Amino acid sequence: MPKPTITTANPLTERLLIAAAVGVIGLLIIVPLASVFAEAFAEGPAAWWRALAHDPDTRHAIWLSLTVAPLAVAINTIFGIATAWLVSRFRFPGRSLLITLCDVPFSVSPVVAGLALVLIFGRQGLLGPTLASLGWKVIFSWPGLVLATTFVTLPLVVRELIPVMEAIGPEEELAAVSLGASGWQVFTRVTLPNIRWALLHGVVLANARAMGEFGAVYVVSGHIAGLTDTMPLRVEKLFQEYRTPASMAVASVLAGLALVTLVAKFVIERQLEAEARELEAARSLPDTLAGSGTPPDAGPPTSTQASIP
Amino acid sequence: MSAEISTTRAMRRRSVLPGFGISIAITTLVMTAMVIIPLSVLALRAASLGPTEFLAAAWTPRARAAYAVSLGASVVAAAVSSVCGLLVAWVLVRIDFPGRRLLDSLVDVPLALPTAVAGLVYSTLYVERGWLGRFLVPLGIQGAYSWLGIVLVLVFVSLPFAIRVVQPVLESLDRDSEEAARMLGANRVQTFLKVIFPAIFPAVLTGFALALARALGEYGSVVFISGNMPFKTEIAPVLIVSRLEEFAYAEATAIAVVLLAMSISLLVVVNALQQRVARNAQ
Repeated sequence: MPKPTITTANPLTERLLIAAAVGVIGLLIIVPLASVFAEAFAEGPAAWWRALAHDPDTRHAIWLSLTVAPLAVAINTIFGIATAWLVSRFRFPGRSLLITLCDVPFSVSPVVAGLALVLIFGRQGLLGPTLASLGWKVIFSWPGLVLATTFVTLPLVVRELIPVMEAIGPEEELAAVSLGASGWQVFTRVTLPNIRWALLHGVVLANARAMGEFGAVYVVSGHIAGLTDTMPLRVEKLFQEYRTPASMAVASVLAGLALVTLVAKFVIERQLEAEARELEAARSLPDTLAGSGTPPDAGPPTSTQASIP
Repeated sequence: MSAEISTTRAMRRRSVLPGFGISIAITTLVMTAMVIIPLSVLALRAASLGPTEFLAAAWTPRARAAYAVSLGASVVAAAVSSVCGLLVAWVLVRIDFPGRRLLDSLVDVPLALPTAVAGLVYSTLYVERGWLGRFLVPLGIQGAYSWLGIVLVLVFVSLPFAIRVVQPVLESLDRDSEEAARMLGANRVQTFLKVIFPAIFPAVLTGFALALARALGEYGSVVFISGNMPFKTEIAPVLIVSRLEEFAYAEATAIAVVLLAMSISLLVVVNALQQRVARNAQ
């Protein structure tokens, strides 16, 4: 919280700065967000509902998005927990390489990721003939959508978990093991309760990205209406067909979902902050009480993650 | 390889915590299947073209124009994001005002809003009859179906990165040196340029790099607003998709590899720059 000091700017400068910041956020974020809903409901809620519910292709797109996103998020959750456990609890060769690799999908264009999948699973791809003889379809079908979505959301869960698990340290888990807990018991009774908010944070972010992914999915889906169109692809298709009001209706659902995500994110972040404070208080307790209590030796903190949203 | 495995086993034995085996199995499986194999296949496919064929595919006039549009618009957008991001981060950290928390939450909208929605909305806002276009188009400012439109959506998608990287650094900044500078007679501008800016510059640069990486790869929002005119407003990812739709896989792959090399080498350059800045600061 800003305290009045000698470096505090004068009120006029402060007001100008606030106005400029509000102007930037307003023009870039608030106006576009408001206009999605304004355009979607321009012809009234009945027209909005008709555009969503009475178009079988749109209905299918909603259903497909609701199937693909949870699958991708589930893969990411399992991968995120396993990788965060490895990185925060073990030292092994290739550990820092693994951390770097986790971030790779962030710097790869989603379109390039989609293309790589086409080169593997497409008809002329590496596995194309094998898949064709088995009668399996990956590209232009839902497995391709899941793979593409998983790729672009891969860093989101693991990034949230690593710093939190490193901050908590292994003491409680070591205690559980020494008392005879099995691996599964350690995970469900000690680790999971400790990381639940961080995990939820990652899942919420991954889900938002998964529901909204466009580039990677666009390349692998073949955008067949009523078959492989997800909601964002449906938005584009309707826009190309000059059906902007219908396109805006689908967009407004996605925008509403984004707002719900942000509210959830806000609530979860408050919980995370509270838990971090609790952890800090617990850490400083032995010192202040006895003066002889040794702080838990978790080894040097190995924070390798930059603070990126 | 086998030596690596045996040391891995030795390390594992030293830790009493369970779950190493299953975790490394899951991680290796997903990482190999999702990241390593796809990117290797991409690189191998490009390598199998041979140098002349690769150049013929990746260095056509249309492709060169697309790289230029991609790089130019992304650099401008990342720079605008960095400047606006510094301003917003400063206001959020240093000034207390009603609505500060709301503004702080709104910063994350571009991370949660699907890029297709952003592209759709921006293109309808800046056309002649749109909310903003009706004021801007008469002034000759074409925000939709133009190069400017590409920059606008790229600023939208990259802004949170620029803000969220600078914000924690500003928060942890030591106020004492600032106050010392002011006591010694430096004015506000001098204090900012000589004391504050050097301290936050690495963070601003990191934000710029992340914004740039995000902007270079962006597809969903740009495809709505750019008009996708070859040589004018066609970005590299759009060209990749249109080559793919013509089943020109070799050409698509070659362009993809150039785009990939561009974003990775840019990140490497800026990382090195940033380490140098950090060294100088010490």
